[in-house]
Amino acid sequence: MHPALSVIIFSTTSGAGYGLLALLGILTPFDALSQDRIFGFAALALALAAITIGLLSSLFHLGHRERAWRALSQWRSSWLSREGVAAVATYLPAGLFGILWVFYGSISPIAGVLAALGAIVTVCCTAMIYRSLKPVPRWHNGWVLPNYLLAALMTGALWLAAVLQFFAPRPAVTLLALVATAATALVKIGYWRFIDGETATSTTASATGLTNSGPVRLFEAPHTSENYLLKEMGFQIARKHAAKLRRIALTLGFGLSFLLSLVALLTSGGLAAAAALLAAPLGMVGIFVERWLFFAEARHAVTLYYGQAAV
Amino acid sequence: MTSLPERPSPKRLGLVIDLDICVGCHACAVNCKEWNAGGVSAPLTDLAPYGVEPDGVWFNRVHTFEVGEGAEGRTVHFPRSCLHCAEPACVTVCPTGASFKRAEDGIVLVDEDLCIGCKLCSWACPYGAREFDEDVGVMKKCTLCVDRIYNETFAPEERVPACVATCPASARHFGDLGDPESDVSKLVAERQGYDLMPEMGYAPTNKYLPPRPRQRSAGCTGAAAALPPAQPAPQGLLGWLDRLLSR
Ligand code: SF4
Ligand code: SF4
Ligand code: SF4
Repeated sequence: MHPALSVIIFSTTSGAGYGLLALLGILTPFDALSQDRIFGFAALALALAAITIGLLSSLFHLGHRERAWRALSQWRSSWLSREGVAAVATYLPAGLFGILWVFYGSISPIAGVLAALGAIVTVCCTAMIYRSLKPVPRWHNGWVLPNYLLAALMTGALWLAAVLQFFAPRPAVTLLALVATAATALVKIGYWRFIDGETATSTTASATGLTNSGPVRLFEAPHTSENYLLKEMGFQIARKHAAKLRRIALTLGFGLSFLLSLVALLTSGGLAAAAALLAAPLGMVGIFVERWLFFAEARHAVTLYYGQAAV
Repeated sequence: MTSLPERPSPKRLGLVIDLDICVGCHACAVNCKEWNAGGVSAPLTDLAPYGVEPDGVWFNRVHTFEVGEGAEGRTVHFPRSCLHCAEPACVTVCPTGASFKRAEDGIVLVDEDLCIGCKLCSWACPYGAREFDEDVGVMKKCTLCVDRIYNETFAPEERVPACVATCPASARHFGDLGDPESDVSKLVAERQGYDLMPEMGYAPTNKYLPPRPRQRSAGCTGAAAALPPAQPAPQGLLGWLDRLLSR
């Protein structure tokens, strides 16, 4: 599948924003974080900015941006529509939570928990868009939903730990970032092992129905140059490039942000702050690369008509 | 509404494509393009049609496959267009209501005025039946020539899809696959027509008829269907002459 930048920026950036929003909404009412108003402003502004930038980026994927509002109408059947509804609905409790906190200094547990719920539901919908697509077996499996949820938790916690450094560092939050990073990496490794060992769902034989006359192979394509199908669904990445990118995501993204979070946990002062501040963007890089690979390594059933032997 | 019709009519219009007969001439693809470039889905944008890398929207594409090995190998031409599935996820994933399946005859269509061009439906179609029109910014697909088959300005025998009307080998048939007594349903039963990728669970309406087994003799003439292999090259003087002359 073609790794469209607008879609990858959307799911990584807004994922981090929703992770951060969910943590703020759940942890602040229980006094697990700072209740400082300026902290509230900084952290919520960061979360909402990330969410909004992500959502705006996703609009660039559309052929008709001015009609985007129509995407809110088919929530009964469509995960994309549900995602849109959840994203818009989450702004209400999140905005209320922020206004009450920043302007009135009062923390509303109801608004906080509702915003967190909205954030979690939105990330689930994003994952389900991919999870539900049968023609892409590498998306249509049980690894995808935990992958998206954990990635949002990981990046959200890394940013939360980073922002807290300026106010009142909380070792528990840094520990959470550490554990979430490890869990995200483990689930990603599990996903990669799964797609590497997976048996074919469909083959050129089942795609053409020519199942009992011996091997089937493409002799002549219908057209001489690439069409929409090949540009959108026929994207292929060489195995050795994919392996290199996996290593980059694991070391630079997950590994380094884990180590830096560990440093932030074990030290204090300037060193801890620097480590936490570096860990967050590196975690984003890791998620960005794994998300790019999530597209680049996915194979669509239509490629069976264009020479791919199995998907 | 992108939910599937709650009470679909038993009528299921679709195509039956005979892989035994198709000669791979691409006439159906060309006539599909020609009709639809002026029909409800017009324009079917072409990008750089005279350039090095021409690209454009087509609703019908003819692939050619090789099946089997060696002397048992054969060529199969394979036209591919929308199968107007009974369980089309291309419809249910659509966030806007642009994609829909008609309750009255099962035809799957796109309302271009509602489409936001998110392309998700093309990801959801295993058969590659949807192509995005970059110029217009909307998704397009085979309409089963809905503007021909119900067109009362046409003579009744012309109320068939453009691809069916034009096929010089009569490899394409159009009809109601929901009616077991229709000509197309009988043809499917007789020739063991099948679904493409049944494992995807989309329950396609269109059916494909398999190539018939290879013929071993030339029917009532009693002759072998194929010539025996050529004799090995002669030896001696004749062989020397043969080699000299075939230089
Ligand atoms: S062939 Fe593809 S576009 Fe046509 S109905 Fe089936 S899933 Fe939808
Ligand atoms: S591209 Fe258009 S028809 Fe397809 S899912 Fe998106 S809005 Fe619906
Ligand atoms: S039914 Fe009409 S639109 Fe569909 S492939 Fe045939 S000619 Fe094209």
